Amino acid sequence: MASTLDLSGLHPTNEAPVQKSDDAAGYYVLGDKLVDPKAPTGPIATRWTNRKFDNRLVNPANRRKLSVIIVGTGLAGGAAAATLGEAGYNVKSFCYQDSPRRAHSIAAQGGINAAKNYKEDGDSVYRLFYDTVKGGDYRSRESNVYRLAEVSANIIDQCVAQGVPFAREYGGLLDNRSFGGVQVSRTFYARGQTGQQLLLGAYQAMERQVAAGTVEQFTRHEMLELIVVDGKARGIIARNMVTGELETHLADVVVLATGGYGNVFFLSTNAMGSNVTATWRAHRKGAYMANPCYTQIHPTCIPVTGEHQSKLTLMSESLRNDGRVWVPRRAEDCEKDPRDIPEEDRDYFLERIYPSFGNLVPRDIASRQAKYMCDEGRGVGPAVKEVGLDGEEKWVRRGVYLDLTDAIKRLGKEAVEEKYDNLLDMYERITGENPYEVPMRIYPAVHYVMGGLWVGYDLQTNIDGLFCSGEANFSDHGANRLGASALMQGLADGYFVLPNTIRDYLADGPFEKIDGSHPAVQEALSSVRERIDKLMSINGTRSVDSIHKELGKIMWEYCGMERTEDGLKKAIGLIRELKKEFWTNVKVLGSAESLNQDLEKAGRVADFIELGELMCIDALNRRESCGGHFRAESQTEDGEALRHDDEFAYVAAWEWGGEDGSPVLHKEDLIYTAIEMKQRSYK
Amino acid sequence: MNLTLKIWRQPDAASAGSMHTYTLEGVSEDMSFLEMLDLLNEQLVTSGEEPVAFDSDCREGICGMCSLMINGQAHGPEVTTTCQLHMRSFKDGDTITIEPWRAATFPVVKDLVVDRGAFDRIIQNGGFISANTGSAPEANSVPAPRDKAQRAFNVATCIGCGACVAACPNGSASLFLGAKVTHLGELPQGQPERYTRVASMVAQHDAEGFGGCTNIGECASACPKEIPLDVISQLNKDLRHAMRTGH
Repeated sequence: MASTLDLSGLHPTNEAPVQKSDDAAGYYVLGDKLVDPKAPTGPIATRWTNRKFDNRLVNPANRRKLSVIIVGTGLAGGAAAATLGEAGYNVKSFCYQDSPRRAHSIAAQGGINAAKNYKEDGDSVYRLFYDTVKGGDYRSRESNVYRLAEVSANIIDQCVAQGVPFAREYGGLLDNRSFGGVQVSRTFYARGQTGQQLLLGAYQAMERQVAAGTVEQFTRHEMLELIVVDGKARGIIARNMVTGELETHLADVVVLATGGYGNVFFLSTNAMGSNVTATWRAHRKGAYMANPCYTQIHPTCIPVTGEHQSKLTLMSESLRNDGRVWVPRRAEDCEKDPRDIPEEDRDYFLERIYPSFGNLVPRDIASRQAKYMCDEGRGVGPAVKEVGLDGEEKWVRRGVYLDLTDAIKRLGKEAVEEKYDNLLDMYERITGENPYEVPMRIYPAVHYVMGGLWVGYDLQTNIDGLFCSGEANFSDHGANRLGASALMQGLADGYFVLPNTIRDYLADGPFEKIDGSHPAVQEALSSVRERIDKLMSINGTRSVDSIHKELGKIMWEYCGMERTEDGLKKAIGLIRELKKEFWTNVKVLGSAESLNQDLEKAGRVADFIELGELMCIDALNRRESCGGHFRAESQTEDGEALRHDDEFAYVAAWEWGGEDGSPVLHKEDLIYTAIEMKQRSYK
Repeated sequence: MNLTLKIWRQPDAASAGSMHTYTLEGVSEDMSFLEMLDLLNEQLVTSGEEPVAFDSDCREGICGMCSLMINGQAHGPEVTTTCQLHMRSFKDGDTITIEPWRAATFPVVKDLVVDRGAFDRIIQNGGFISANTGSAPEANSVPAPRDKAQRAFNVATCIGCGACVAACPNGSASLFLGAKVTHLGELPQGQPERYTRVASMVAQHDAEGFGGCTNIGECASACPKEIPLDVISQLNKDLRHAMRTGH
């Protein structure tokens, strides 16, 4: 691997792609190629060090004259607010929840990767980099991923110093576990609540800065528009969700750390409030949206029980360390009590198909195989009604077993409890079944999006002064994110990357002063007001949720785990009709001048509808299978994802084409120097 | 199942509120409590009545956003958060009373939504370890005894939901305080600020108007994360030391 590769950064290992197919013809306009103006050069291991040195400094006395708006208080936003506050900038932090501590990073369970090599099992920065690029199916930018791997060790140091109570061994040193897609143990964890503990660390660091006066926090505030003055992001319009007042906040830099848009599927593991509005508003103001179709469907979630379902719950991937995934060998056994099915009648399908990685194959692969088992009629649990592309109704069992019996035998019940207690309790509470006695039932669910706003190496979007970090940007995970890498990226961006890149931008300050009377501010404010007035005045017959659910069904059916040309075209048509339905028939009660949760949801759903269409167009154009994006037209003989590097080794960055126009596609070629593109194999 | 719901409705902080009664049919036992309220709201929207405002976000029991006094109990009859409470804990024909958190320090914003900003302000007053980004030593340079690290973790699982305050007859936040003071105080990294932290957090707690602890223990039995009552002993012990040593 590394030893045979030339790391000088001078020699590309692949050629620029030339796309031959054009499935999305008529749905988009081809724009200019996109080049990251901040792309670093040289040997990969020196790129970040050199960049940190080259980035200009801001004198501490000048920092307090410069201001930063950060929207979102998860790991990426909270960590950046704390760090920029510590550095002495004026930070304004916004979140829609009632406290920054509630951002959805808190729900991450399994762990955070870092190349510490504490287990002396051959881990290194290069291996973490390699695993992450490979896991992302060679659709991420190598420089960004290398930097991520490089700062990963600093993150653990920082979190431990803040008092994050990671799991420890008897000697008092930090413990690690292994995770999907890798063969080393590099995941640090705090039982099944790692995200919570990391977020509380970032939150406490941020609150410390609130007390110090460098960070001002605005809770129950939702960003509804970006203010762009002379091509530069200079502020936001936020709605005070308690009073309904529209507030103008101006600054020298705006950071969007607003998380992912998985709720476009209605059902996902995201929080109820997770939304795309901040990044979509920025997109409509000119920021490119990159690879929007790359969605991660997580294999181990609790199956849907009925129409009432409002969200799905993840069971940490770490359970795949000790749990074995299986379905009955024969469809006629699917109704049996799983404990009555003898060993020889079980199909441990991941272990059978992927003997070297077994139950620890990456998420996209595990999810798709679970789907195939259920499609074959070997799923378990209650059957649910499904309507196919042809309108045909069928009843399918959507579940596979995740069985801890062997682990309990091997390790004892106590050891399993210590590792996963809270997860197993949660499972029992939701399903009413005891996972220590009956194998758990799991099924894939939307969990994370790799797509997001396009950013360069410095995490700046194509709009000057608008930065984007964490899940909200597209940069590090390619077409599939490995487990325990989301926390790593959020904190890398927040603690170590943004503070070092934003200073280079702010070194151009002081910037021209603007105030609320500026025409660009007034324009942003009135567009928000008009939109809210419109939503309040339609007074149709359909609830916001009913339209959101309909959108979710379209997306899951046609833009979910398996996508086809016909299905995507059908979805685009359905979404366009749904958009009309929304803007003529939605019903929002109450007043815009007070807390109004329906109004909040309506604005978010309106943006999800537009995003959904773009996701389908992006998926339609990409006639290859890579990571979480699986086009049925592009698979190997044995059904594995088949990439077409010669055509699609590029980032698809979409420019808003106007209310009635088509989106414009800008391609950024992915050229590797430190790694070679290979077909992924976990067999 | 069919239910009768008695729900606190209040248009905003300044207005008076009152209990309203609704009937709800077709509730499944697989629904979470909040999905049951979603169903009610869907019904209210259809009939032209403004839906009931309530807080929720992650709906998997970890963000601490959801609240609700259910039949007089914080988060209802089970040891869990409202979002993880399922309707199989109720039966057909039940009448369920739903109110916002009961505490003057958590004023009602609307219907069942309250303002818990006081918790953020307590954390601002010392609920952290001062470690600027970039200044951290190598993570394994300071081993932490496993039992202490485990105790720190167990109490660090506090989700800041406020059930302890809502359940306490005195409206005290001592369990919340004790959890944070114990979490940070058990770790080697938390020692330098240990006693200034406890003094400062308690001062803010009192300034916010939270009541004192009289060892009733409702807080610990209402806590969805089962934070044990002994964190309050730890809190008092650390506070006593802080006072004696002039912090």
